[in-house]
Amino acid sequence: MSVVNLRAIASIYRFELHRFRRTLLTGLMVPVITTTLYFVVFGGAIGSRMTEVDGIPYAAFIVPGLIMMAMFTESIFNASFGIYMPKFTGTIYELLSAPVSATETIIAYVGAAATKSLIIGTIIFLTAHLFVDVPVAHPFAMAGFMILIAISFCLFGFILGIWAQSFEQLQVIPMLLIMPMTFLGGAFYSVQMLGEPWRTITLFNPIVYLISGFRWTFFGKGDVAIEFSLIFVAGMLTVCLGIIGWMFRTGYRLKK
Amino acid sequence: MASIIEIEGLTKRYASGFEALKGVDLTIEEGEIFALLGPNGAGKTTMISIICGIARATGGSVKVAGHDIVRDYRGARDAIGLVPQELSTDQFERVIDTVTFSRGLFGKPRNPEHIEKVLRDLSLWDKRNAKILELSGGMKRRVMIAKALSHEPRVLFLDEPTAGVDVELRRDMWKLIGELRQTGVTIILTTHYIEEAEEMADRVGVINRGELMLVEDKTALMKKLGKKTLTVVLAERLAAVPAELAEWDVTLKGDGQEIEYIFDTQAERTGVSSLLRRLGDLGIGYKDLNTAQSSLEDIFVSLVHQEKAA
Repeated sequence: MSVVNLRAIASIYRFELHRFRRTLLTGLMVPVITTTLYFVVFGGAIGSRMTEVDGIPYAAFIVPGLIMMAMFTESIFNASFGIYMPKFTGTIYELLSAPVSATETIIAYVGAAATKSLIIGTIIFLTAHLFVDVPVAHPFAMAGFMILIAISFCLFGFILGIWAQSFEQLQVIPMLLIMPMTFLGGAFYSVQMLGEPWRTITLFNPIVYLISGFRWTFFGKGDVAIEFSLIFVAGMLTVCLGIIGWMFRTGYRLKK
Repeated sequence: MASIIEIEGLTKRYASGFEALKGVDLTIEEGEIFALLGPNGAGKTTMISIICGIARATGGSVKVAGHDIVRDYRGARDAIGLVPQELSTDQFERVIDTVTFSRGLFGKPRNPEHIEKVLRDLSLWDKRNAKILELSGGMKRRVMIAKALSHEPRVLFLDEPTAGVDVELRRDMWKLIGELRQTGVTIILTTHYIEEAEEMADRVGVINRGELMLVEDKTALMKKLGKKTLTVVLAERLAAVPAELAEWDVTLKGDGQEIEYIFDTQAERTGVSSLLRRLGDLGIGYKDLNTAQSSLEDIFVSLVHQEKAA
């Protein structure tokens, strides 16, 4: 066998995508419908009263936030579910007993989940185009940002899936932490619109930097400088990789 | 024969302080069928889990096919196929997909012919396109065996392969194990059923409370098994074995109240009838006769009981 078990990576990746394909219709319909609803409610209802944010039509302004929100949720959900299910059903025995390294396992699971997130992000982007003209100032940066966000949140989801010992625990972090942080992180408004002290308080929310960075790739400007956004993405990647590395070294909740 | 698994001083202590393995040494020869017997919680599954990479050892070392299971886990796991006790399958997958997946996971190139052969050998070929959730429990067990064999392992671990399996399937399983052995695969199985070990194993190990209490050739055990003990309860006590009974090599037990004679059931002449005739000739009366076979189960039970008493 070669130094890297590429066949194992390919097998897990295919297995995971196959799992997504089984639930393809609902898997894609749900984020699209949800996004459309947000679009109708926020873009339509609020957008009619508030025409522009920072010189950008409100309906277009919320598109990056909507894509980010869907990608956060989908990445965490898919990646956590992907590793939690084998733990739950017991089929993880095979992964643990296979000649597969921790890195290979992560590449396969996180890669598959990130692929699905990117597909969903792209579909939402295209759906948004049906409603409103969305300019993209930096298309390559946009694609790159989406990939980094997908990988970061899938890593986070992977950690969650290893940590969780029940379906409830699997849900609790996305619902109680990520969702409120996203809503308060400027998905639907600009931080500049807030009065003090909320504006300063909001800047403690890391999600602000992620959404702002993604918005920068669309409009060439965000709530915070793009450098800060990149630092936060890099920080999140590093922290998640560190935690996963520790989990595999110690066998945390994986090995007895 | 070369050894394929070398276990040295293997210990496992859980966070709770429970010692599941207390320094196990064991060598498995390539090509043999080794049965690991022991009551629930004896450490059988823990031992297999450590060898296969599912649990971590607290101390000691294991080598599989010459590869250390920690330092060179790829080399070690490459050689191993594992069928765990619990029925854990990807319910929504098709049989053929899950078996093909297993081969890929172990880094082996695609080989549809081999997959077909494995599925045919396990009578799963007709069910290859069925979803696993549509299969019966026995069939799911076969799927798990097929997964373990998909990557052509040199060692196959079967953890309680026939637990909760009907008689027919158990017979099939035995047949299958016999066939696998013909191909040179080393098989290590754990079981509750003494019968199973007797039927198939070359060697038997008895484990209890994390300690390996006995490892012996089955044929050596069968020699003990093939013997029966005849106990003759006498009407009156004897002070010593009469010289006339010397040729039977009997022993006096129970304060001279009983005569014990060990005989080989396989022998042409067991000596039982001649002994009884001689007793009659000598006018030694007896009240009762009793014969007992020392089975693997007896050995097992007595070992386990000794341990409990200690």
